[in-house]
Amino acid sequence: MIPALFTVGLRWSAHSLVRSSATQARQASTLLYVEHSGDGTVAPATLSAAEAAKHLPGQLEALVCGSGDAVKRAAEAAARLPGVSKVWLASDSALTHPLAETHAKLLSSLATKQKPSHVLAASTAQGRNVLPRAAALLATQPVTDVVRIVDDNTFVRPIYAGNAFATVQFKSPPAVRVVTVRPTAFPVDPTAAAAAGAPGGSGSPAPVEPVPPELLAPLSSVPAAKWESADVRSTGRPELGSAKVVVCGGRALKSAENFAMLEQLADLLGGAVGASRAAVDAGYVANDLQVGQTGKVVAPDLYIGVGISGAIQHLAGMKDSRTIVAINNDGEAPIFSVADYGLEADLFKAVPELIEAVKKVKQ
Amino acid sequence: MKVLVAVKRVIDYAVPVRVRPDKAGVEALLPKLSMNPFCEIALEEAVRLKEKGVASEVVAVSVGPQHFQDTLRTALAMGADRAVHVPLAADTFAAAGAGGAAGAGGPPAASESPLQPLGVARVLAALAGREGAGLVLLGKQAIDDDCNQTGQMLAGLLGWPQATFASRLELDKGAAAARVTREVDGGLEVLSLPLPAVITADLRLNTPRFVTLPAMMRAKKRPIESAPLEGLGLAPHDVAPALAVIGVEEPPTRAAGTRVGSVEELVRRLREEARVL
Repeated sequence: MIPALFTVGLRWSAHSLVRSSATQARQASTLLYVEHSGDGTVAPATLSAAEAAKHLPGQLEALVCGSGDAVKRAAEAAARLPGVSKVWLASDSALTHPLAETHAKLLSSLATKQKPSHVLAASTAQGRNVLPRAAALLATQPVTDVVRIVDDNTFVRPIYAGNAFATVQFKSPPAVRVVTVRPTAFPVDPTAAAAAGAPGGSGSPAPVEPVPPELLAPLSSVPAAKWESADVRSTGRPELGSAKVVVCGGRALKSAENFAMLEQLADLLGGAVGASRAAVDAGYVANDLQVGQTGKVVAPDLYIGVGISGAIQHLAGMKDSRTIVAINNDGEAPIFSVADYGLEADLFKAVPELIEAVKKVKQ
Repeated sequence: MKVLVAVKRVIDYAVPVRVRPDKAGVEALLPKLSMNPFCEIALEEAVRLKEKGVASEVVAVSVGPQHFQDTLRTALAMGADRAVHVPLAADTFAAAGAGGAAGAGGPPAASESPLQPLGVARVLAALAGREGAGLVLLGKQAIDDDCNQTGQMLAGLLGWPQATFASRLELDKGAAAARVTREVDGGLEVLSLPLPAVITADLRLNTPRFVTLPAMMRAKKRPIESAPLEGLGLAPHDVAPALAVIGVEEPPTRAAGTRVGSVEELVRRLREEARVL
């Protein structure tokens, strides 16, 4: 969380109120683009986006795109998201994989028909792929990676690898504002998350309505990429972006084998493993574990950086963590400037000791 | 097949930036500007396609103020065949900004961000049409605004397929289709795209070559074509920024941490003070 930003927004709040009421007169509502996995569960990042939608005026409707059984189950799960008043179900073979061409086309045509004041998604790889394309089709400048919603027309987002936070505002409110939000900035109440997607969860689900067939018909003729294959790792560990504990390793780990230590520590703590760019480039771990400006942004309760110097590009991805621990043998490493607890030590000695100490605590 | 590569000039990635005292923007601590690192990767990939004989010509383009020409010279030195600069003078923004701000009536804009992705995408779409490009390569994001939008918006405006966050690109010999490996959350994804298409480069697509001094000297003598907006059928309001930056703040600073002397002390403090174990 970024408490200091709340004071930033207050300065403009008087002005904001005037603007909000003016635009609310145009039937404010939000259309949420839902990301879901092949097994029909809604992505945790979408739960955060639904949380962010609470800061926008008007009703919240969700769009779920896909095909077959998976999309039906995802729509049922989306219908139980807190605040969702209606789910649009778009089931078509052209939507099976989350291809930007067809998903953006459908999202923009539904937005043109329903005229929401906001189109919203989580700033994930999928959200960042689809939403800007949809915005171009709607001829509007999108706002991405928003960390705070000041009012319906004003947003705060990080620039320069999180070294500054810019408050941006539409000069003249467009017909529709396309926004992606940074999931870690809108944490989800765990009990609400548990209820969402669970049959018989809290309250009655929102109605699910198929999108009008005339919106699906043009999809087959959209020039689109063909989806060939995916190589998605399954580790059984929590997803990096939403894990409560993240153990990150850098180049100082020296080999892929040595990352096993960090995996052991992460598993003991029920956390995820991440890495610096240097460790990814050296081939120690897969690309999708990279934490930083160009990788994942994490904000866990506990971040443990092992053998990570703390370049600004890495700090951009983890400095909103609640508690930061740094273990490094270089006492001058920049990561110590953001660490709550810094241990200057040889990681090959300290990490096994830490594993043993955590085992004792957990017994 | 002609390949168009979009390049942007940004504050060098290694130069620290800080928020200006008037909160209107940021300033670099050293006056060093460079090609955006992701644009370098996109350009490197285009030059490699030419070296493999798949691309016939590599055209580097940049949209922005006069000093962006320096980055186009770097592009020529790296192996681009031609450079096209779409000049956007400061007074263009002033005029466009005044029009765009009409009726806003809010607080004065603290700073005009002269380039926003929708405007750049419109210019690139016009250039892709004019040049008859078969492929447009861009970086996945610029490290100044961190937007990650221009490639996707360009593809949308052109109605072309897109592959973002590419870590591997293969073109078939006839250059009719591209096979792209993308970096997605949780792993990798492989797409095949009919051309023409738009592809944005991720970090691991390649390692850009160094620019040699002789190449830079030769590039200095080569012409850079100027392509004004009007010639592309665009008006200043097409590239006017839709968003005003009304303030820039420092990120919240963290309270000073403590050094611990041992693993034992670390675990004790994590349990008793931070309560995270």
